[in-house]
Amino acid sequence: MENVSRKGKKTDNPGALLHTIESRLPPTVRQRLGNTWFRLHPFITSFFDKLSRNLARFVRGIVPQAVAIIIALLVGALVLWATGHSPIDAYSQLFAGAFGDSYGLGQTLTQATPIIFTSLAFLFAFKSGLFNIGAEGQLLIGGMAAALVGISFTNLPFYVHLPLALLAGAGGGALWGFIPAVLKAKLDAHEVITTMMLSYVALYVTSYMVNYPFKAPGWVAQTPLIAPAAELPRILPPTQLSGSIIVALTMVGITAFVLQRTTLGYEVRAIGLNATAARSGGINVKRGMILALVISGTLAGLGGAGEILGVERRFIDHFSPGYGWDGLAVALIGGLNPFGVVLASILVGALRSGGMVMNRVTGVPLDVIYLVQSLVVLFAAAPQLMKYLSKRGVLTLRTAGRVLTRFKSILKNVRRRLKEEEL
Amino acid sequence: MANDKINFEVMKGEVHGLLGENGAGKTVLMKILYGMHKPDQGQIFVDGKEVRIDDSAKAIRLGIGMVHQHFMLVPSLTVAENVVLGLEPTKYSYLLNIEKTLKDIKSLSDQYRLQVDPKAIVSTIPVGVQQRVEILKALYRKAQILILDEPTSILAPQEIESLFDAIRALKQQGKSVIFITHKLKEVCAICDKITVLKKGKVVGTVEKSHMNPDELAEMMVGHEVLSTFEREHVAPGKVVLVVDKLKALNDRKILALKDVTLEIHEFEIFGLAGVEGNGQTELVEVLTGLRELKSGKIRFLDEIITDASPHRRIGMGFANVPEDRQKTGLILDFSVLENLILGQQDTPPFATKWSTLNLGNAAKFAQESIKEYSIKTPSDHTLARYLSGGTQQRVVIAREFSRKPKLIIASQPTRGLDIGATEYVHKKLIEMRDQGCAILLITADLDEMFALSDKIAVIYEGKIVAVKDRNKTNELELGLMMTGGKCE
Repeated sequence: MENVSRKGKKTDNPGALLHTIESRLPPTVRQRLGNTWFRLHPFITSFFDKLSRNLARFVRGIVPQAVAIIIALLVGALVLWATGHSPIDAYSQLFAGAFGDSYGLGQTLTQATPIIFTSLAFLFAFKSGLFNIGAEGQLLIGGMAAALVGISFTNLPFYVHLPLALLAGAGGGALWGFIPAVLKAKLDAHEVITTMMLSYVALYVTSYMVNYPFKAPGWVAQTPLIAPAAELPRILPPTQLSGSIIVALTMVGITAFVLQRTTLGYEVRAIGLNATAARSGGINVKRGMILALVISGTLAGLGGAGEILGVERRFIDHFSPGYGWDGLAVALIGGLNPFGVVLASILVGALRSGGMVMNRVTGVPLDVIYLVQSLVVLFAAAPQLMKYLSKRGVLTLRTAGRVLTRFKSILKNVRRRLKEEEL
Repeated sequence: MANDKINFEVMKGEVHGLLGENGAGKTVLMKILYGMHKPDQGQIFVDGKEVRIDDSAKAIRLGIGMVHQHFMLVPSLTVAENVVLGLEPTKYSYLLNIEKTLKDIKSLSDQYRLQVDPKAIVSTIPVGVQQRVEILKALYRKAQILILDEPTSILAPQEIESLFDAIRALKQQGKSVIFITHKLKEVCAICDKITVLKKGKVVGTVEKSHMNPDELAEMMVGHEVLSTFEREHVAPGKVVLVVDKLKALNDRKILALKDVTLEIHEFEIFGLAGVEGNGQTELVEVLTGLRELKSGKIRFLDEIITDASPHRRIGMGFANVPEDRQKTGLILDFSVLENLILGQQDTPPFATKWSTLNLGNAAKFAQESIKEYSIKTPSDHTLARYLSGGTQQRVVIAREFSRKPKLIIASQPTRGLDIGATEYVHKKLIEMRDQGCAILLITADLDEMFALSDKIAVIYEGKIVAVKDRNKTNELELGLMMTGGKCE
């Protein structure tokens, strides 16, 4: 066992590099560096130490993801080529469309914004070992709550109305995270099932609300427009990019801070990595899980509020094309790291907004974009997802095995009974 | 270098001991034989033919089986399912053939005297039995050479005897066994030949007839080993922990503790001896607040703490050195620093009043602990996963002991540790006792029990059968009581 520790040594001892360099310097140079050098030395060492550590961590995190993206693009190129399109043309249009001008950039970021929220939501729950796949429902409820606050008041000043609407969104999402959390803590109901099912509940509840009680006059199932005081301002007209992205980036920072620098984050991570040891260390595991799911729901709910207050300006039935589900995939592409999640969201946003340009200019069907996007998810997320699934998979197999055995013994009984009756 | 020009030979039907301290290179050598490590140079011969062992699958095909120190079992599957895992007998090519599986295992376990209940779920059976499952697993894969990595470190004396029985049965049937250990007694008891490793080199190979424990120890560590401990007698102080008629269920909902009653004082190490699986695990869990109890009372100093949360108990001065440091003691994917503050992450000086972590204080504490407890780690942000077993235990001990606890619950605190690390743990425990700590020591190792304890209680089938003064009992008597034999 002793020897295993060597594995950790290479990357964990970068400060030693500086010592090596220093010891190789000719004595005259060392003398000239003199006192200043030695006074600064500890700071420089620790700075390099931190820098190289973080750099190493960053590279370790980003390389597999980048490889996945490149492979996915290559496979996409193959498909383009096979269907008679020029991959180079298509991709350059895609890139130009997504990042080429301020309009493209704005649309890319607009597309990325809700996904940043939902992937953060997935990430936070995942850190506590929970699989919140209900971000879609939390986003819808949050959006609806924000819209209701937005249409209910007409004469509030913006500095009251906007925060209130955002808070309502956060609260709606939090509630939609709290329900499965309590079901998990009290009744041991599996969060994958409950969060997913509650997503459908949210979908139909909000659909009912915009079709009946809160429907604006007209043919479309939507609420009236929210009051201007509740609107998140557009940042880059004529694109739909709104203040929602600022909220999103703030949340990224807060999430990273909470996870790494607070007691709560520490406990959540401890629970996710080893619940037994966390419990034995005095951490209240159930409380931690509930909080993690509630925070996860809050983040998704804020995302919904951001879409309503910044982009749609009203709740339109089925306004989300599945941002919640995207969040799951994007969190995995982003390596389950808050900052990685931003990059991954921008990538997906770029594929979507650039894809439309590519479609317009080159006539390549949008499906190729979805293909590439799915492939990125497949390659990038597979190892992480596989690890998770294999753990769960064994449990599932075991249950299946039990059911089979039970079934067999029932059959045996039936057969015996039949024989007895024959006699 | 973990292995330096090692020559090593095992005959058919031979039990070959591989002796050395942790870090001497025993495990690495075995991992090379099992295809988990690649040697930089050198050759391996099986049955006189040179072979290359690229992975474990190849090793298995060559008839090499390994029982790891940390078992490689699927805890949620049954014994039978674990044994056949990957080679399941089938019928109609897709359905599991359960009858055949059970029959195969039965005949294997009879043949080699390895008694198991094939239908039990692995996570619910004691480690000693889990080990038999591991051995069966290797035999089911037709192993001719069996590597046992520190097999006795987790066993009680009686279990060791039955393991030795099994090894003798294996030997009779012409299997070769490589027995890795750092316990001299066992090596002398079971091995035909012993190779001593030190710092990656072979110090020597000795035939059974020339064995002499003192000499072997000398070879192994290079200096005389103190096997008995110098300790002065301290009078016990006031009562710290009172446990009154404790009843609790185990995971299988069977009564595992039946009216357990005990009292532990300040300045006292209270040893609890027993064969594994007689309620020790459950007792520790109840005491630390991790398991609900059915009835009974626990008093700590002047407070009834029967329903207190683990968190509260830690705050009151409980420290716990758990039986399984990798599962319960540490969070392997947390850094050393993060592990060191576990349990105190929400109290000053590691938490601020805004509930954020004070990483500066944590780093300072980590540096101090690393120095004071000689934790061999490249840095405080190395993951606990990459540390050796002994070092991991030091992290646990540093964390628990530096809290200035009033009560320490130490379960198998030296399991799997080498002599040096064991001595260190012993020294620390005595030190804590001399400072006034009450210590509940649960161990399967009777030598350790006698070396450390002031009082020794015996637990058998969930009952405390006797509480004895250390000087008024002996190994024979304890051994009898532990196995349910008659006493007094």
